[in-house]
Order: sequence, then C-alpha cells, then structure tokens
Amino acid sequence: MAFNTETMTINMGPQHPSTHGVLQLILELDGEVVQKATPHIGFLHRGTEKLSEHRTYHQVIPLTDRLDYLAPMSNNLGYVLAVEKLLGITDQIPERAKVIRVMMAELTRLKSHLVWLACHALDIGAMTVFLYCFRERENIMDFYEKISGARMTSNYFRVGGLSADLPEGIEAEIRAFAESMHGHVETYEGLLTGNKIWQKRTQGVGIISKEAAIDIGLTGASLRASGVDWDLRRDNPYSGYEDYDFVVPVREECDTWARYHVRLEEMRQSARLVLQALDKLQGLQGAPILADCPQICLPPKQDVVNTIEGLIHHFKIITEGFKPEPGEIYQGVEAPKGELGYYLVSDGSPRPLRMKIRPPSFVNLQALPQMVEGKMLADVVAVIGTLDIVLGEIDR
Amino acid sequence: MSDQAIVEKLKAKFSSAVLNVVEHRGETTVTVEKERIVEICTFMRDECGYNLLTDLCGVDYLGQAPRFMVVYNMYNIDAKQRFRLKVPVEEQDAKVDTVSGVWGTANWHERECWDLMGISFNNHPDLRRILMPADWEGHPLRKDYPVQGPDREPYQGRVS
Repeated sequence: MAFNTETMTINMGPQHPSTHGVLQLILELDGEVVQKATPHIGFLHRGTEKLSEHRTYHQVIPLTDRLDYLAPMSNNLGYVLAVEKLLGITDQIPERAKVIRVMMAELTRLKSHLVWLACHALDIGAMTVFLYCFRERENIMDFYEKISGARMTSNYFRVGGLSADLPEGIEAEIRAFAESMHGHVETYEGLLTGNKIWQKRTQGVGIISKEAAIDIGLTGASLRASGVDWDLRRDNPYSGYEDYDFVVPVREECDTWARYHVRLEEMRQSARLVLQALDKLQGLQGAPILADCPQICLPPKQDVVNTIEGLIHHFKIITEGFKPEPGEIYQGVEAPKGELGYYLVSDGSPRPLRMKIRPPSFVNLQALPQMVEGKMLADVVAVIGTLDIVLGEIDR
Repeated sequence: MSDQAIVEKLKAKFSSAVLNVVEHRGETTVTVEKERIVEICTFMRDECGYNLLTDLCGVDYLGQAPRFMVVYNMYNIDAKQRFRLKVPVEEQDAKVDTVSGVWGTANWHERECWDLMGISFNNHPDLRRILMPADWEGHPLRKDYPVQGPDREPYQGRVS
C-alpha cells in the first residue's frame, strides 16, 4: 500500500516570540522537515528613506536611531560618518570625539550581542543566560541614559562630533564595567559551551558555506563564522580604529556553533576596545568634541542662551541646514549585525536627494531559506536566532 | 588594483558602454549602458574580484533625463576595495536586466528597488513587492509620490 503524503503549510509569525519582531515565515512542511521557507517582511516599514529626503541632514540622525533599535549608536555613527565624508570634513573631527564614538560603538556592540545571546539561548531552551545577559545590558543602558539622556533612542552623535561631552565620573563606571565583562563572558560560556543540549542544538545547524555566504551577501559575524577573515573596522578603518589593538575572530565550521563562538569572542574584544578608548580619553580631558566648522556644527548651548550671535548662528543652522556639494558617497561601518552602509546623494540642497540604507539584517535574512530548507522545523528557530536579525532595520 | 586601473580595464573591454566616470571624495563612480550591465557585472566579479554586491538601489532624479539611476555598490573582499557602477534608466522604459544571476544577494535588493522605486528587473526569479503590502499602488520612493501618502491632505505644518 502506498502512503499518501502531502505537505502542510504553516504560518510562523508575525506575532511569534522567536521571530524577534514582526517577521512572518510561511513554512511548507513535510512532517517535521521544512521543504520551503518564504520570509515576509515589511510590517514595520516606516519609510525612513522617504522621510529623510524631507529633512535636513541633522534632522535625519534621530531617524537612524530607530533602524537597529538594539544598537542605535552604531546607526548614528554610520550616518554621521557618511555625512562627514559627503562634506569632506572627515579629517577635521577632533580626536576626543572620535575616541568617544569608538567607545560608544563598542559598548553598543556589547549591548547588541548581549540581547542576541539572551534571546538566542532562550529560544532554544537555555533560560538562565537570558537573565544574566539582561543584567549586564542594563548597565550599558544606564551609561546610555547618563551620556545621551535616553536609554534607546540615543541621538548622541552629531555631524562634526558629539552633541555633548561625557558627564563627570562616567569613565570610572564604564571602566569598572568593561573590566568585569571578561568574567561575565566566562559565565555565559560556562552556562552554554559545555552543555550537551546547547551543543546538539547548535553544532551542524544552519550551515552556510563560504561561497554561498559571500554570494548571498552575508556580512559581520555570520560571514566570519564561515571562514571569511574580513572586518571593516580593521580593513577599511574609520573613526580611528586603526589605532586600536584587537583581534578579529574567524571560524571555519560555518554553523550556529561557530557563529556563537565568533560573537562571544567579539564581546571580549569589544570590552578590550572600550578599555583602550578609556585610556586614550585620559590624555584628552577637556579637548574639543566638535569640529571647527561653523557652517556645519551647532554652537555650544552656552553661547546660544547667552549671546545673540550664538542664537543667530544656532537658528541659521537649524532652519537652513548646510549644503554639501553635489555628489555621492557610500560609507560602510561594522555594525554589530554586519555591514551597515549609507549611500548618500546630494544635489547641493540642504536635504539628501537620496539616502539608501544598507541594513545588514535585511541582507542576512535573505540567507534564511537556504539555511533551513531540508532541515527540521525546530532548527528554524535556532537559525533565526543565529542570524541576529532586527526587524527595525530590515523594514526601515 | 586602484580604481583608476579598474576604470582603464573596463574601458579597454567595454569602451563604448562606459558613459561617464566621476570621482568625488575619493570614490569613483562609473556610469555604463544598461543593456550591458549583466555582462559588465560578471566581468567585475570574475576579472576584477568584486565578489560581494554590497548594495543595489535606485535614485530618482525627477526632472532630468534619464530620470532614474540604478546604483551598484560592490566590494572586493580580498583587496578590501569598493567600487560603484550606475546605469541610467528612462522613465518610459523603467526596466533593467537582473544581476541576481551574478550575485545572489541582488534578489531582494532588486525586489526592494521595484517595490519602492518602480524600476522593474527583466528575468528576475521572484519580482514581488517586499516592504509594501502586495496590493499597494504606486512606488513610494519616487519623487512625485507625496510624503504624506497618496490620498491624504498635505501636512499643513512644517515638513522640513
């Protein structure tokens, strides 16, 4: 007697805890094996690129906070670097601003990786590590709040520098935290790496070869876990990364296990980078945090409230903005999820003619079908976690 | 290989198809004929080592002819270099051959370009809307598409 087999189509998301936001997957199943996976995105589309064409360059910065909302300062950094390149003032950014940017970008990487580890582990059955990760993340949120005034939508960087200097005493707090981070990562490793269940859920799951990964456009930790030794911070340095000492972890296994190890090592390296930035800051106390470009940078708030010249200056920049020469540039940064790029076109007006965001999660998600098809349904959850996607920047 | 060398190489191979070369802030942008884009992209990947297509997008220069540009930002992972190609696209014939056969990653980028900019891609394996709902009318990133939406009163306050 022949068995009559038919596939079943099920709907996963957009309201599903393990899809990390509003991601919908249409899965065609043969028993427990995924035959076909079709991602549907766009539920969180807010038209960031369209809105940016109707705002001055400075007014776009808050929009970028809301792309990858787990790593707002990385988005800010990519955008301000792109505008500075468009203006041709990259070499005028003061050293102190550059060091603080690197420090915040690395804290942001830690923050993003902590959420990745917490949710990834929770999704595939390890609950404890979630609580530990969120405890550490809370520290970084506190730094965010003290430095920028907001826990998530930081809006801290400015074209030409920073919106404000660091509050007094924060360096010591950040140093204590960064020094403790190494031990915390050991804790996470102790909870997971030797755990038989964790190994079974990650080893050999979600394999993507080096060639396939490059073809589909994977970037960041996912690409480095497939054996490609490439990190924008080291290979196309920006914001002074060439002056720091850090290791780019690379693994050859191409699976979820390898991506887990790459990201854990990145967390250790980020903590190192934060400490190095703090050392540099000691020699830069009181140094300027904004470029000397009165046509572009806002004057200090002190001048705005106390002098008429400062007020006029502020008013002019806020109402008129600044006008970059016509031209186009692309700036990519190593965001926690991969390469975050901004392609800016200026027509000489105070608003971008076009701002195309190249979100790493959007491109990385594209690899999901080939990583799960032919595999078990339960591995879909592991693969979503390991790709480390954030729907805010996928949908923009 | 410097950008200059790549431009020379492109000119030697596709002399008639290279329309324009612009350098701005140290980045080179080469405009090529859209009829030969697949051929040129294959050449860039195989002969010049640009194995990663970082980004693909459309730009709307409303009021100019041709109205659109499709922009290909590519990256050479071995040499750590970027390069940019552009193809002009007429409004009446807003179609370009797909490069998803050259770089698999172009698939979603081209869907997004079709969805938001209304430039369609010949021979694309799966050209559907991606960010907007499937039954949406119009292409929101076009310059003649109002920022407040198609059927709403224009915003009365400051839009800047």
